[in-house]
Amino acid sequence: MKKRKIKETIQKAVIWLCAFITVAALAWIVIYIIANGLAHLNPDFIFSEYKGGKNGILPMILSTVYVVLLSVIIAAPIGVGAALYLVEYAKPGKLLYLVRFATETLAGIPSIIYGLFGFIFFVTILKFSFSLLSGALTLSIMVLPTVIRTTEEALKCVPVSYREGSLALGATKFQTIRGVVLPSAIPGVLTAVILSIGRIVGETAAVYLTAGMVTRFPGSMMDSGRTLSVHLYVLAKEGISFEEAFATAAILIITVALINLATNKAAGRLKRSFTSQDN
Amino acid sequence: MNNTQIKISTKNLNLYYGDNHAVKNINIRIEEKKVTALIGPSGCGKSTFLKTLNRMNDLIPYVRITGDVYFEDLDVYKDYDIVELRKRIGMVFQKPNPFPMSIYDNVAYGPRTHGIKAKEILDEIVKSSLEKAALWEEVKDRLKQNALGLSGGQQQRLCIARVLAVEPEVILMDEPTSALDPLATLKIEDLVHELRNNYTIIIVTHNMQQAARISDQTAFFLHGEVVEYGPTKKIFRVPEDKRTEDYITGRFG
Repeated sequence: MKKRKIKETIQKAVIWLCAFITVAALAWIVIYIIANGLAHLNPDFIFSEYKGGKNGILPMILSTVYVVLLSVIIAAPIGVGAALYLVEYAKPGKLLYLVRFATETLAGIPSIIYGLFGFIFFVTILKFSFSLLSGALTLSIMVLPTVIRTTEEALKCVPVSYREGSLALGATKFQTIRGVVLPSAIPGVLTAVILSIGRIVGETAAVYLTAGMVTRFPGSMMDSGRTLSVHLYVLAKEGISFEEAFATAAILIITVALINLATNKAAGRLKRSFTSQDN
Repeated sequence: MNNTQIKISTKNLNLYYGDNHAVKNINIRIEEKKVTALIGPSGCGKSTFLKTLNRMNDLIPYVRITGDVYFEDLDVYKDYDIVELRKRIGMVFQKPNPFPMSIYDNVAYGPRTHGIKAKEILDEIVKSSLEKAALWEEVKDRLKQNALGLSGGQQQRLCIARVLAVEPEVILMDEPTSALDPLATLKIEDLVHELRNNYTIIIVTHNMQQAARISDQTAFFLHGEVVEYGPTKKIFRVPEDKRTEDYITGRFG
């Protein structure tokens, strides 16, 4: 009996330790960055341009937000549509196998290759030049597998009984998807979008090959721009200023948190508008 | 007896799941505005048979159906648009399956699907459907609340209200009380009793007392075949087939 108890205690301790390490590492990184960045954070740094003796990062914040929004607007509908096709319409067979294989392969490709592809296709061939649009298009292709896979899982989790109930009332397949399947899957779609945002914000290689590195204010999506991650990369790599790098990282974390919060809010509203169709 | 109308009939109906011959050569005539109970042990094909009537088996891959199902004079598998068919033949499932939305939206789902948009009309349909399902008094003050907050019995009556809202002529019930407690079961049975005046009801049940209490006609299924079909009183008092007698006296199943 005693031996079992000791074993039990050890197992518990190990599991507890794993959880602690995970949370502690995350907390340590965030606290370390914010603590180091905070010293350099001031309104002038956040709200001014990066020229004429000033080293503000407002243009980078804007570029980041634009790229994220644009990528999600492109990738989310296409990804959700593809997932719907795979789960609801595709018949098991060669085509389904091919699409699955393609998404899995896409997920495994290093981002620099997406960058090269974007540079050749969007920047050069389509003549979008270095621009936020080229960057966003490239990034949307990069996150598409994540969106598709996560949405697929969410769709598979919608109980069959919902579909049966709807179809038995004489609803068509599309009405069923629109009326009960998609609304139930919205939390999963939201997860997909948040994961994508994380990847988009953190990306450097694929971005500077397509959206450029210019530190100016982006006036339209056809302008080039430098995202926060790229800025951070340049600051650190060229040893310009580690204080600025930390401050930029702090802003980066805050920006991601704000975008995720906004996504959550938007998804809540979307779900309500789906399920309650009151006029 | 001669003035009863036949609402649904089948002719040499067979269903196969892959190689498994689940429903064998069923010839049955279901009377209009009567309650018909389908009884039999688990796996005897009664639920599968029920689902051939509104083509819910179409959802399952590897299902093959031969023979004919007639709804009034039209062949369900040939002449009917599936949407129109399911509008006229509603279904209540074994486990209550309200949608994860408000009580109001659950009942309004069907009518909205079929193109009714005007709020006054929908309000009226929701009210009358909930009244017919004996649920109105319990939920009239919380129509905007999520339906998943209702008790199991209330959820099942909501599902019945949801079916009634599309004004079907036939209601198929697949063991509608098997997930409910005795009191909730009694309420559903009372409801079936009320509804028989206006609807043709076909109910699958594994509860023989329930079949005896609420049905006019009973069909006894065994291994995919109909062993005996006739007035409920006769089936339960003087069954013709030995197997029927053994089943209803509890010797197997």
